[in-house]
Amino acid sequence: MISRTQLQRLLARQRRNDRIFQIVAAIGVLIALITLGALIVDALIDGVPRLSWKFLTSYLSRFPAEAGIFAALLGSMYVIALTALISVPLGVGAAIYLEEYTNRSSRISRIIEINVANLAGVPSIIYGILGLGLFVRIMRLDKSLLAGALTLALLVLPIVIISAREAIRSVPPSIREAAYALGASRWQAISHHVLPMAFPGILTGVILAISRAVGETAPLIMIGALMFVTHPPEGLLKPFTVLPIQIYNWVDRPQKEFLTNAAAGIVVLLAVTLLLNALAIFLRNRYQTQYS
Amino acid sequence: MPGLQGVLVHAVQDAPPTDASLGLYKMNCQTVLRILGIKHLFGGIFRWKRGEWFIMFMKFRWFGTLALLLSVFYSGCGDDSLLVEVDGSSTVYPITEAVAEEFQKENPTFRVTVGISGTGGGFKQFGRGETDVTNASRPIKPSEVELCKKNGIEYIELPVAFDGLAITVNPENDWVDYMTVAELKKLWEPEAQGKILYWNQIRPDWPSKKISLAGPGPDSGSYDYFTKAVCGEEGASRGDFIASENDNVLVQAVARDDYTLGVFGLAYYEANREILKLVPIDDGKMDNGDGAIAPSLETVKNATYQPLSRPIFIYVSKQSADRPEVEKFVEFYLQQAKTLTEEAEYIPLPEETYQLILRRFQNRVTGSVFGGKGSTLGVSIDDVLRGDIN
Repeated sequence: MISRTQLQRLLARQRRNDRIFQIVAAIGVLIALITLGALIVDALIDGVPRLSWKFLTSYLSRFPAEAGIFAALLGSMYVIALTALISVPLGVGAAIYLEEYTNRSSRISRIIEINVANLAGVPSIIYGILGLGLFVRIMRLDKSLLAGALTLALLVLPIVIISAREAIRSVPPSIREAAYALGASRWQAISHHVLPMAFPGILTGVILAISRAVGETAPLIMIGALMFVTHPPEGLLKPFTVLPIQIYNWVDRPQKEFLTNAAAGIVVLLAVTLLLNALAIFLRNRYQTQYS
Repeated sequence: MPGLQGVLVHAVQDAPPTDASLGLYKMNCQTVLRILGIKHLFGGIFRWKRGEWFIMFMKFRWFGTLALLLSVFYSGCGDDSLLVEVDGSSTVYPITEAVAEEFQKENPTFRVTVGISGTGGGFKQFGRGETDVTNASRPIKPSEVELCKKNGIEYIELPVAFDGLAITVNPENDWVDYMTVAELKKLWEPEAQGKILYWNQIRPDWPSKKISLAGPGPDSGSYDYFTKAVCGEEGASRGDFIASENDNVLVQAVARDDYTLGVFGLAYYEANREILKLVPIDDGKMDNGDGAIAPSLETVKNATYQPLSRPIFIYVSKQSADRPEVEKFVEFYLQQAKTLTEEAEYIPLPEETYQLILRRFQNRVTGSVFGGKGSTLGVSIDDVLRGDIN
């Protein structure tokens, strides 16, 4: 038997523990928020005064006041579009195969699953080394737009596969069964029903993967894209530059004015990433449906 | 198209029953596609229901594939002939960058890219024939000569400016008035690693504070040159110091700590004068002036700042030089070098020297004046001139 006072003490202790845990969790959130806030405010204070239409539309220059990010901005867009074109068909294809065509509990599919998850955690510089060896050297693509996009496509492929698998898995089996019952073949069931239903989920995953690729620097520096390039890429096999590399390059300069340029570049990059993320959230909310 | 019909019915049935979806249900497939096409024109993409995306995708997939193939084909066929690729030393980069910018302003159809991989990294690519021109802050080394020979690359060596390696400390450091080359050697030689850790180990009346060092990283030509000049052999150096191929990192290291000694290009000192203090260097020889001499535009130019001043180069592949855009770029480089070198805070060669170097390029004189031996000490403008005349 526990007495009334003992019970009260126990309850009080549990309430206190509750409070402590709540505070610890809140601190966790606060640290993340403050870091993000400080980062954004710092970049905004330094960068916003430098932002102008001219900054967005001028080419690179050695004079800080004349330098713009047009080439880098367009380069980023090209790289991102190409990366998506390469990684989405491959990633979604792999996800369909893994979810719809293999026995999920088989040993091989488990091994593949673990490996894909591991690949998603490999540091990006490793992909850069792979890209340098495979695309730049062996395939002789040189430091071109295509080599950069292929490297980034490899980098985001695991993310695309994982999110596409999740989206496909969330389509209830009853839909497939209904299709089969009406005489649909496997591919018909997938292409007419599963894919359209999973489409918003896949799209969200793709956009998140893409917004990661927008900010990647290390693998591109590894394949040798750290260059003075004044013009946007003029072909798949032409040299290119992207926003993060431009920022990296400017931070390196001895002149302090370039740091302001870098801050302005960061603001633009943040805006691009935020836009992509907002698009992902918007699409998710727009097309999300509950199955019951 | 029964497949599309299936998707459509499915899409409509699963979507919330709004007026639009009920309307869609009543229309036949062809009409829907037509309307979707019009919607697409008006940018109504975000009003689409789930599934309609997919219809658009299915409808345009062949078109999209065709367009993609065509664009790949088109861009793959684009001619590379107007591109000049430059890579190499970060020390020479500011000059080459300025030249590239001005060159492209005058010749808008030409493209020049300039990379930063360090002198060693630059020569590796140059020797494989991946670049047309490479920036170098020291003459070509035997191993690099070998690589060029193996791949049949003939190179034209063109000095473009002079640079001094500056020894700097923090402005708070009031005890260092000058240093001798012997003291620098004692501090940087391989045997110093883990042993020479305090300022008073170099000179007894200096404070017994821990010294920290910042210098060029092993992939840079400055590292090769500095170790050769101070320790007598390329690459002979202690390893326990802040090493970076990026001179700005070194500037920051010195500016933030009272007890750090830094080594980097003079141009980077000039750009950060107010946060650094320059250390004059005494090489212990009389012929280039007595006592300790601080690097400046003047002392590097008249070769009294020794042994840490050196010529910097570009190397042009002879095969590439036959392409008109490379030829034009290099000629432009040598014509503009004097102005642009000064602007980038480096020390230009005399006007006549640039004329001689231009002639050297026009005559396509290959090989290195330095015999392909790498870093060479005590090279003055006279030596460069003589090399060109021979």
